[in-house]
Amino acid sequence: MAQRGIREYTAKKLLSKYINEYSSGKFQYKGEVALISPETSIGTIAEKNSWIKEKRLVVKPDQLFGKRGKHNLVLLNATYEEAKQWINEKMGKVVKIGQTKGPLTHFLVEPFVPHTKEYYIAIKTEQDGDKIYFSETGGVEIEENWENVKEYFVPVLETIDTLNFSTVDETIKEFIKALYKLFAELDFTYFEINPFTIINNEVIPLDLVARLDDTALFWNKDKWGDIEFPNPFGRTFTEKEQFIRDLDEKTGASLKLTILNPKGRVWQMVAGGGASVVYADTVIDLGYGKELASYGEYSGNPSEEETYLYAKTLLELMTREKNPKGKILIIGGGIANFTDVAKTFKGIIRAIKEYKDKIKENNVNIYVRRGGPNYKQGLALMQNLGEETGIPIEVYGPELSMTRIVGIALKGERDETAI
Amino acid sequence: MKQLFSKESQSIIYGKQLKAVQRMLDFDYISQRKIPSIACIVDPNGSGIETAFFGSKEIIIPVYNTISDAVKHHPNATIMINFASYRSAFETTVQALDISTIDLITVIAEGIPERKERIMRALAKEKGKIIIGPATVGGIVSGKFRIGNTGGSVENLIASKLYRSGSVGLVTKSGGLLNEMFNIIARAADGINAGIAIGGDRYPCSSLIDHLLRHEENEEIKFHVMLGEVGGKEEYKVVEALKSRKIKKPLIAWVTGTCAKIFPTEVQFGHAGARAGGEQETADAKNIALKEAGAIVPDSFDGLFEKTKEVYDSLKSQHIISEIEEFTPPEIPVDFKKAVEQSIIRYHKEFITTISDDRGEEVKYAGIPLSQIIEEGKSIGDVIGLLWLKKKLPEYATKFIELVIEIVADHGPCVSGAHNAIVAARAGKDLVSALASGMLTIGPRFGGAIDGAGHYFKWAKDSGLTPKKFADEMKKKGIPVPGIGHRVKSIRNPDKRVELLKNYAKTYFPKTEYLDYALEVEKITTAKKENLILNVDGCTGVLLVDLMKSIGFTNEEIEKRINAGVLNAFFVVGRSIGIIGHIIDQKLLETKLYRTPYEDVLYTLPREEKL
Repeated sequence: MAQRGIREYTAKKLLSKYINEYSSGKFQYKGEVALISPETSIGTIAEKNSWIKEKRLVVKPDQLFGKRGKHNLVLLNATYEEAKQWINEKMGKVVKIGQTKGPLTHFLVEPFVPHTKEYYIAIKTEQDGDKIYFSETGGVEIEENWENVKEYFVPVLETIDTLNFSTVDETIKEFIKALYKLFAELDFTYFEINPFTIINNEVIPLDLVARLDDTALFWNKDKWGDIEFPNPFGRTFTEKEQFIRDLDEKTGASLKLTILNPKGRVWQMVAGGGASVVYADTVIDLGYGKELASYGEYSGNPSEEETYLYAKTLLELMTREKNPKGKILIIGGGIANFTDVAKTFKGIIRAIKEYKDKIKENNVNIYVRRGGPNYKQGLALMQNLGEETGIPIEVYGPELSMTRIVGIALKGERDETAI
Repeated sequence: MKQLFSKESQSIIYGKQLKAVQRMLDFDYISQRKIPSIACIVDPNGSGIETAFFGSKEIIIPVYNTISDAVKHHPNATIMINFASYRSAFETTVQALDISTIDLITVIAEGIPERKERIMRALAKEKGKIIIGPATVGGIVSGKFRIGNTGGSVENLIASKLYRSGSVGLVTKSGGLLNEMFNIIARAADGINAGIAIGGDRYPCSSLIDHLLRHEENEEIKFHVMLGEVGGKEEYKVVEALKSRKIKKPLIAWVTGTCAKIFPTEVQFGHAGARAGGEQETADAKNIALKEAGAIVPDSFDGLFEKTKEVYDSLKSQHIISEIEEFTPPEIPVDFKKAVEQSIIRYHKEFITTISDDRGEEVKYAGIPLSQIIEEGKSIGDVIGLLWLKKKLPEYATKFIELVIEIVADHGPCVSGAHNAIVAARAGKDLVSALASGMLTIGPRFGGAIDGAGHYFKWAKDSGLTPKKFADEMKKKGIPVPGIGHRVKSIRNPDKRVELLKNYAKTYFPKTEYLDYALEVEKITTAKKENLILNVDGCTGVLLVDLMKSIGFTNEEIEKRINAGVLNAFFVVGRSIGIIGHIIDQKLLETKLYRTPYEDVLYTLPREEKL
């Protein structure tokens, strides 16, 4: 896939496991962190991690969102009992972070460490190399103090060892080198510790954000261990979305569905990843963003059964609640390379036949556009379906530009010159 | 800057992608290339040759084991199309970058780690070479060169006029939208000259700008169309090139992914690079920047058609673009398989089968899906019924078949079949050879009496011969009645196996007319000699005839089956179980080579003077 965020907990465990190795034994980090989820309790975790009951604690949500302090979601210098109570209060509670709402489900627990010095470090990948940002005055005010941040750049074909760090003290320099090696060797794409402190060569990362390149899993299976890539904060799946996700996982084909607005009038069933984005774009570019109900795509040669199940799911969702203005279903797609259009349409047609009464009750108009192998036969099948069921279905082939049906469907624009 | 593809360019295909090979050759043919665009294939799993069609002619394509072997034999091939998987694409690409004769590599695989991708990119720049990809279908240069599967089916290629040069240089991120863009440009203008998809990853090895600048220098290209994507900052390099007048030809541009803004949480679209990492990386911001820098940017993807048409019409009216002399590309002969599918050809089948079909989702025995057979708890007797007799057998019949198989499964190590198998196994032969050597003894004298008994008793009874007459006539002919007689067993010392079969049939068969007839014959023969009993072969043979009769076969149908060897087949299947047992036994015992001792052979050679 791509760059994926991991939990602070996971990143800290990786740091703890490898910093010693990549600094040739110079630095260590005990990695005293615990993750509390709805399935685990702090009590059982404390049995295996004696420090939880012995030390003062820090607790915060660990769900890939930042600015936890500003949202009053960090508990500092707490006893075990206080931490336990705090987690019990917050677990499952819905909070709003930026524009996104979601329940709190995962908490990070670690020892509270009093410290004076706060460093900042961030490493990120760019096209031609990796950028390292370092500051001796880290902490929450880092953005305000950005002028103190030093930048270093490691070009793709070079190593950190040749990099010149004239202004940084020797220990810090060693640490930056070690952390960079860990970053590169473990295929991180982003790693930010703000702040961290170093006490007697013990690294203490107070707050950490990291992303991994998940395509490197094949090479990193052993190093990463049993890695978890959580969904972005607030991203929960409805039953139907989950159904499509499960279907997607079982097949070599790609089946995606995201419900944007279940009450929206415009529903899309688009073949192809690129095309599906463009169809959604076009609905929005034409000013109908609020009406767009779903984003999704099917591609990679799904079987007739899979397209049937996908179409059925969509039809079920779109006929749940009537809208006085009626609804629109766009069965779109570009010009297929080798996929037999007629074959994939058969699954969709089966689903439409099954839902024909509900489709009519909901006053759904269907617009079809597709090209590629056997498209003429596929379009004829759709045309017949309209005549047979009495559902209004308009059918177009590659003589019409791909997204033109969006305008036709939404505004009734029929610009014959463009055809 | 040198142009990458000509009508003479040849490529090395890494990976045995025979469909892509054929598609490239089909493109070559309709583009009227004189030489194929493929020099050879590299297959890490083998070498030799492959064949493919160039029009209706079949040509040979050499297959080499390594890239270095391939370039040694084909120094003229300047392009490598790398179909290696995401696991090995990096190593093979880096290897190809080191080869002086290769200028351009296309990497198809999706899912190569960013760190490896950046190294490929940097190495290519360092060596002055170009990589298209990864995570792309590649691209196409109309009338000159097709990378792999780009453009889809031949119908698409022809519809979008990819067999001849147009005036438009197209660069996109997405490979999936190439066909659509080819179609739009063919309808709104005179078609593409070149269309490259750089791939959907975050750090593609060549950028939009690299290809745009190359197209800028290509005199055949009169204007650009570019399709960018949300995520990354590549499009800003195009913005700079527009501002610095490095790109002077008209550029129609659109960045997809404007919908990302209405998604409630961060959504990763299909492409690894398609995620905005900040306001600057959004599709809207990039579209605005491009427009401000002088690109022609429509209000939505849908406007690309009109904008392309406007630019084309205007350049044509300025005589910058002239009318293309169209020609009809040669037609590709229809592939046999496709022709059959579309019923535009008919053909005599060389083989016929009426018992099983493996073409669907699962194999069917006599029309019944295997899963149904298993779910209904059917036995081996049912399967034999379906495959040998094409009938769903009643339970008494399937149980009888199993009884026969159990009874004939083995008869000790001394009989011909087992003996031969044991000798072969001891000679160090493998299981199949030893089994074959044992099975080959089955015939008229060993095991074959089942067939013979079935045949003769049926013939005798059907011809209305009395048992007495039958016995006499066989005697007259000098043929011992098959299935009659045993070495040691007799009337007073009956064969247990025969008793079992008889009792079963008497209890469960609706009728046993042939058995009854054979028992009458036995009365006559045992009267002459005690051991001339109906033996196990005979009993099995007549009962199988009774069975076929009882499940509805006519006399003629039964005879046909006997002549085809059906009766003997029960013995063959059953006894193979025992023979396999003997072979395994010998192997585990590690018995040594057998040699018949002199004592067991009577040597009696002719005397010399008698010769």
